[in-house]
Amino acid sequence: MDIKDEESAPSSKKASKKPIYTQFSQQDLPAWKPILTPGWVIATFSVVGILYIPIGLLTLFASESVEEAIFRYDDRCLPPSYAHNANSYIQSDDTNKTCTIKWTVEHEMEAPIYIYYQLDNYYQNHRRYVKSRNDMQLRNKAAEGDLGNCFPEDKTTDTNQPIVPCGLIAWSLFNDTYRFLTSNKDLTVNKKNIAWGSDQRSKFGSNVYPKNFQSRDLIGGAKLNESIPLSQQEDLIVWMRSAALPTFRKLYGKIETDLEMNDEIEIVIENNYNTYLFGGRKRLVFSTTTLIGGKNPFVGTAYLIVGGLSLFCAITFILLYVIKPRPLGDPSYLSWNRNPGGIK
Amino acid sequence: MSSDEFLLLESDPRPVIHHRRGKSASRSFASISAADVAAAAAEAIILDADVKDGSDVLLSDDYSFHSAFADPKFPWECPTRHRSVSWGAMELRDAAPFEISGANTAATTANKSARVRHKSVQFDDVALHEDSARLIYINDPKRTNDKYEFTGNEIRTSRYTFVTFLPKNLFIQFHRVAYLYFLAIAALNQLPPLAVFGRTVSLFPLLFVLCVTAIKDGYEDWRRHRSDRNENNRESLVLQSGDFRSKKWKRIQAGEVVKIFSDETIPADMVLLGTSDQSGLAYIQTLNLDGESNLKTRYARQETASAVSSEACDVFGVIRCEQPNRNIYEFTANMEFNGIKFSLSQSNIVLRGCQLKNTDWIIGVVVYAGQETKAMLNSAASSSKRSKLEGYMNRETLWLSIFLFIMCLVVAIGMCLWLVRHNNQLDTLPYYRKRYFSNGPDNRKKYKYYGIPMEAFFSFLSSVIVFQIMIPISLYITMELVRLGQSYFMIEDKDMFDASSGSRFQCRSLNINEDLGQIRYVFSDKTGTLTENKMEFRRASVHGKNYGSSLPMVENTAATDVTPKRRWKLKSEIAVDSELMTMLQKDSRRAERIAAHEFFLTLAACNTVIPILGDGGFTSCGTIELNEDIRRIDYQGESPDEQALVSAASAYGYTLFERTSGHIVIDVNGEKLRLDVLGLHEFDSVRKRMSVVIRFPDNVVKVLVKGADTSMFSILENGSETNNNIWHATQSHLNEYSSQGLRTLVIASRDLSDAELEEWQSRYEEASTSLTDRSTKLRQTAALIECDLKLLGATGIEDKLQEGVPEAIEALRQAGIKVWVLTGDKQETAISIGLSCKLLSGDMQQIIINGTSEGECRNLLADAKAKYGVKSSSGGRWNLKHKTEDEHDDLDILNGSKSLSFPKWNLGKEEGTNAPLALIIDGNSLVYILEKELESEQLFDLATSCRVVLCCRVAPLQKAGIVDLIKKRTDDMTLAIGDGANDVAMIQRADVGVGICGQEGRQAVMASDFAMGQFQFIKKLLLVHGHWNYQRVGYLVLYNFYRNAVFVLMLFWYILCTAFSTTSALTDWSSVFYSVIYTSIPTIIVGIQDKDLSHKTLLQYPKLYGSGYRHEAYNMQLFWITMIDTVWQSLVLFYIPLFTYKDSSIDIWSMGSLWTIAVVILVNVHLAMDINRWVLITHVAIWGSIIITYGCMVVLDSIPVFPNYWTIYHLARSPTYWITILLIIIVALLPRFTCKVVYQIFWPSDIQIARESELMRKRQNNLQPRQQVSS
Repeated sequence: MDIKDEESAPSSKKASKKPIYTQFSQQDLPAWKPILTPGWVIATFSVVGILYIPIGLLTLFASESVEEAIFRYDDRCLPPSYAHNANSYIQSDDTNKTCTIKWTVEHEMEAPIYIYYQLDNYYQNHRRYVKSRNDMQLRNKAAEGDLGNCFPEDKTTDTNQPIVPCGLIAWSLFNDTYRFLTSNKDLTVNKKNIAWGSDQRSKFGSNVYPKNFQSRDLIGGAKLNESIPLSQQEDLIVWMRSAALPTFRKLYGKIETDLEMNDEIEIVIENNYNTYLFGGRKRLVFSTTTLIGGKNPFVGTAYLIVGGLSLFCAITFILLYVIKPRPLGDPSYLSWNRNPGGIK
Repeated sequence: MSSDEFLLLESDPRPVIHHRRGKSASRSFASISAADVAAAAAEAIILDADVKDGSDVLLSDDYSFHSAFADPKFPWECPTRHRSVSWGAMELRDAAPFEISGANTAATTANKSARVRHKSVQFDDVALHEDSARLIYINDPKRTNDKYEFTGNEIRTSRYTFVTFLPKNLFIQFHRVAYLYFLAIAALNQLPPLAVFGRTVSLFPLLFVLCVTAIKDGYEDWRRHRSDRNENNRESLVLQSGDFRSKKWKRIQAGEVVKIFSDETIPADMVLLGTSDQSGLAYIQTLNLDGESNLKTRYARQETASAVSSEACDVFGVIRCEQPNRNIYEFTANMEFNGIKFSLSQSNIVLRGCQLKNTDWIIGVVVYAGQETKAMLNSAASSSKRSKLEGYMNRETLWLSIFLFIMCLVVAIGMCLWLVRHNNQLDTLPYYRKRYFSNGPDNRKKYKYYGIPMEAFFSFLSSVIVFQIMIPISLYITMELVRLGQSYFMIEDKDMFDASSGSRFQCRSLNINEDLGQIRYVFSDKTGTLTENKMEFRRASVHGKNYGSSLPMVENTAATDVTPKRRWKLKSEIAVDSELMTMLQKDSRRAERIAAHEFFLTLAACNTVIPILGDGGFTSCGTIELNEDIRRIDYQGESPDEQALVSAASAYGYTLFERTSGHIVIDVNGEKLRLDVLGLHEFDSVRKRMSVVIRFPDNVVKVLVKGADTSMFSILENGSETNNNIWHATQSHLNEYSSQGLRTLVIASRDLSDAELEEWQSRYEEASTSLTDRSTKLRQTAALIECDLKLLGATGIEDKLQEGVPEAIEALRQAGIKVWVLTGDKQETAISIGLSCKLLSGDMQQIIINGTSEGECRNLLADAKAKYGVKSSSGGRWNLKHKTEDEHDDLDILNGSKSLSFPKWNLGKEEGTNAPLALIIDGNSLVYILEKELESEQLFDLATSCRVVLCCRVAPLQKAGIVDLIKKRTDDMTLAIGDGANDVAMIQRADVGVGICGQEGRQAVMASDFAMGQFQFIKKLLLVHGHWNYQRVGYLVLYNFYRNAVFVLMLFWYILCTAFSTTSALTDWSSVFYSVIYTSIPTIIVGIQDKDLSHKTLLQYPKLYGSGYRHEAYNMQLFWITMIDTVWQSLVLFYIPLFTYKDSSIDIWSMGSLWTIAVVILVNVHLAMDINRWVLITHVAIWGSIIITYGCMVVLDSIPVFPNYWTIYHLARSPTYWITILLIIIVALLPRFTCKVVYQIFWPSDIQIARESELMRKRQNNLQPRQQVSS
């Protein structure tokens, strides 16, 4: 036994230099090698077409079933006398900012009806703005003095007290309010659960209370009730989820009763937020919702177009293969076979 | 040194064994001339890589006689008519180490050239008298090292120590531009106004790369440390207070006396003081140094040798030697001993790394130790090559930089315009707030605002940071990994494993894998590359009679029958011609018998082969009696031809078994014949012959000569009719041999009368001791006796073709690769080898250029060009043909006069000018042609229009010159393949150098980029692996450009929507992970694994290789198409989510999350669409990447501190998210897919068709059995 081992040892050692043949090392593993046969091509296009057209139809249908009503009010709520001086109107403490819009519901809207405010030309995604917040401070009472990134809204200038919540985003909190009256009766607007539950739970502390917020210095927007913890300040939480695009909607509340056709609704708006400064428009949006969200015909249309194109391609290729077939893998099509002597 | 080069190189610095009766002082000069030439050649290379300049340098010196090129028309007998041919004088082997080690300092070069000139005039100590000389006091290391701090013998190849590792490694790493780019970006990001990413995040990619590289470097260095330690701790016997005691190598100092025993390695560069041989002879093997496995002789000076014994060394003297340098073929020094001053040369020194062989012991004094040894000075690594594709890639990277610049500029200008427009609002914009509005001390101070121009500038810089991955830095690392993987597959390929030598394929350079797929020209050495370089004695023509034609049939059985007893066992059996054998056995006094006797005596005696006797008691079975003492004998020699001849002589009963410096002993059929060697004229390429003068026991003195036919026939005695008959018979035999591809030599001898002997002896003595023009004088001396020779016969030695060579060449040719063979052999041999390896075919028109003057060459070239209508239309060819007919005859006559054995097949080649052309050109003509720009141009035109080019009689540097000829004038890739030291220049000059691990050591391998066991592997290497590598890397580069650009463009579109404020919707980590984790693995896997065609198909259709040199997998057009596709895809990526979520409450982080996942899925599906071959690991990589991305996002979104907290959970619940992704993928890829399909239907590429046919065939094969069953 020992002898045998000794004998085999050197020989195996000698052989070890020889590559050991495996399918892997010889690049010979069993593999799926797809080629674009006519069948594959036509099948691919057909499948895309067949799949996309129904999805497009469904999406479009869903989108169409959404009822939406939009009111622009930044201009309407500006008294004509201030037409050229909107800025002083909105900045003045003395002017009456309440305005009323009457709305006759055109289509029936089923509860819940979401109320959004929509701002234009408002770069919530500006780098200066997006960064101007401190998530530690929002979460944790102990990190109250954590003011990194919060310039220029970090401390009160006279007393040097930290502002909670600090930063430009919180400072510029939207402060228009809406009331809805139907037959002179208040339509209840549910402002609970408009923010992400996850934000309320983990990002905004339940023991962090607003402090020194919007005090004395230039006031940027809404004030906060200092007795309510941040986690309950849903308007703030919604606002602080910076919008992706310069035109954005933010959820204001929900109406949890159906609106019937021809209902007369009086919208009372407190027009406080200054967008005149940069020509931003303000809108109020009522919208029902479906599985795919709000009204947006784009996705459905795009799906229909892509599906249609694919089917068209499928048909074209079927025709092409019929009219001008090329036998697959025919060596006579190789360049040096097609034009003999063509190769130098 | 390749054996064919042996025939033509005279500047061999190794001294051949001389007759040692002369003053030993002469010995030291043996190599001077050679060394000078070598130095000059080397110098020329250093000064200017241009070959022609090198030759100019030589021309200006007085070295014309050292030409390796004999002028065939003017043999040495007419010394007055010699011509200065400079080209071949450069023996490459000498130059090679210089080239490998890169640039020398200008100072040493100048120094050396001064020295060279001094020596050419007189060997003197001028250089040594200068302060620069190094003084070594023998056996007095203290005094030696007292004044000068010579390096100890400790060597250090490692780069780092524990302390220096971090700073030094970082320093070296930051030499790469890529890392500096990383660093600059990271540094930019640390500036407060630019902090786009979190500070730690931005450092992550750099740290990652640095760490990986540092770990790799550290490991390699640890291994070097280990090997250094082993080397330093070896022990040798050193003379310490009168006794030889063991001492560790690292403690050895210059000036110490060291004793080395047989088979030991030499620890430092030492001057020999004494050896076990009385005359001071020692044999060394320089395998580790220059890769030559044969033995070389070194001498101790007679003066010191006598003072040294095995146990003691009473030599006390001073050696004055030059400063350490890296020329291993030169050593200049002198020694003062016992009041005598004498010179030392290269033959007196043994170098570190050599092994002592065949000598019991040597004693020497250390002159250079440790890092200053020539071996260490030569160990610098060869500079790395850069692949062509990478060059193109860098060009496109420049384009990408321009895109990057434009994008940043757009952002900066946009920012500027936006600020100007909103200038009066900036104070109050809620999302900008330029100033503090508080009433406190900061009131109305500007906050992070530096004025519009500065803001614009900062936005430019911060957009550079955001868009940084537009420059695909990760691509360089990816490519390195991919090439590593490709190398693995090349190394592991079982078809490229040489079972006979047990050598695997080697990838010595990791940078140029893809170049293998783009080769247009292959320059091949012949001997050892196409042939096996195992010389076999096949044919003999003795006394005008041809023997050996029936050899294959007779074989050994007959031979052993006629050999009654054999007392010598050779390494390999040699087939013996029975007829010749029987004739030798007969004891007759016929002229034929005597000629045969002398013929074999010459074979056995006229050489420099050293017989090494093995152990006795070698028993073999068969007809030989068991109790007889058969000794194994092994012949060591510089030239395989000589070995073959000596072995053949032994087989016919003339066994050389002892050689000392003064005599040789030959066993003639059991009878010991002791011959005194009176003198030896070594082989040189001017005379092209070698002769020995020997004294027989009966006091007859004979000169035995062997040499090339061209040089021999002119010095034969012309006389009787029988002589003439033998002459003609031998000549026709020679023609026959060379047309069979055999290497021929002519053997002749002559008796010397006493008067002649005396004259010769005095001249020889004088010549070999002369200080100036020694080789010229020796040559003149040789001419004295090398005349009126009696023709004995001729030999034909076969250099067998390697296995598979014709097939490989045929495949390369079909693939559109031009194969040029560059050989040192003579024209006829080269042509016959060309025919036998199917390089040449019978129907080819052979254009033969061998001019003897510049004008002649020019005319020949012009004629050939005109005749074969090179560069002119086929119509013009007709007219030209008639005009040049006469000239063509001249050409033929010229050729005929040139070589006696001119082949006949170029007669009648007037027919069919359309036949493929073959250009055959010899080294002499190349000398003239390559020197002149115009002629080179003509040669280039002619050569490129020929199917085959065969260059014969070329010197090593000419090989490189020919490679240069092509490289300078075309963009085509060149590959040089060779096995010997003479191929090193060519291998290094070519774009891809391939070394054959053959008979001739490892020097070619060391200089090469790839090394393999046999020539035939080149077929698979190029056609299969080269093709795959090229396709893979080409796709990899394009894909990586796309992958990074699509991401950056997507960010760019978004920035246009954020008031140009360089906001990124993606989280910092996602941005960083994108190229590092999310998308990197699939590209690597595909780059290593994917293959478009199976190796069977690729070998079946060699023409498919053409896609490589036509740059089909990577070119500018493809780059732009890819970029257009990239822009489309990025627009789709950006705008579909934008429109989908236009009027919605989506927040920036959700949008970013959607984009992240969309882009990762998109690029992976894009890759998946282009994959040709799906194996399990590909699936894992592609789909795994997407899953990993999701995993990372889930993890990142679960950390509450990040602003993107919980987004992915939120999004995943909404069906809009999913249908948006689906829409993006399809819309983005639809154009690409459609184009691909259309292209494949209407303009299928060859690869595509071959791929289809491969797969269809497979399917058919699968179907066929079933069909048979059903039918």
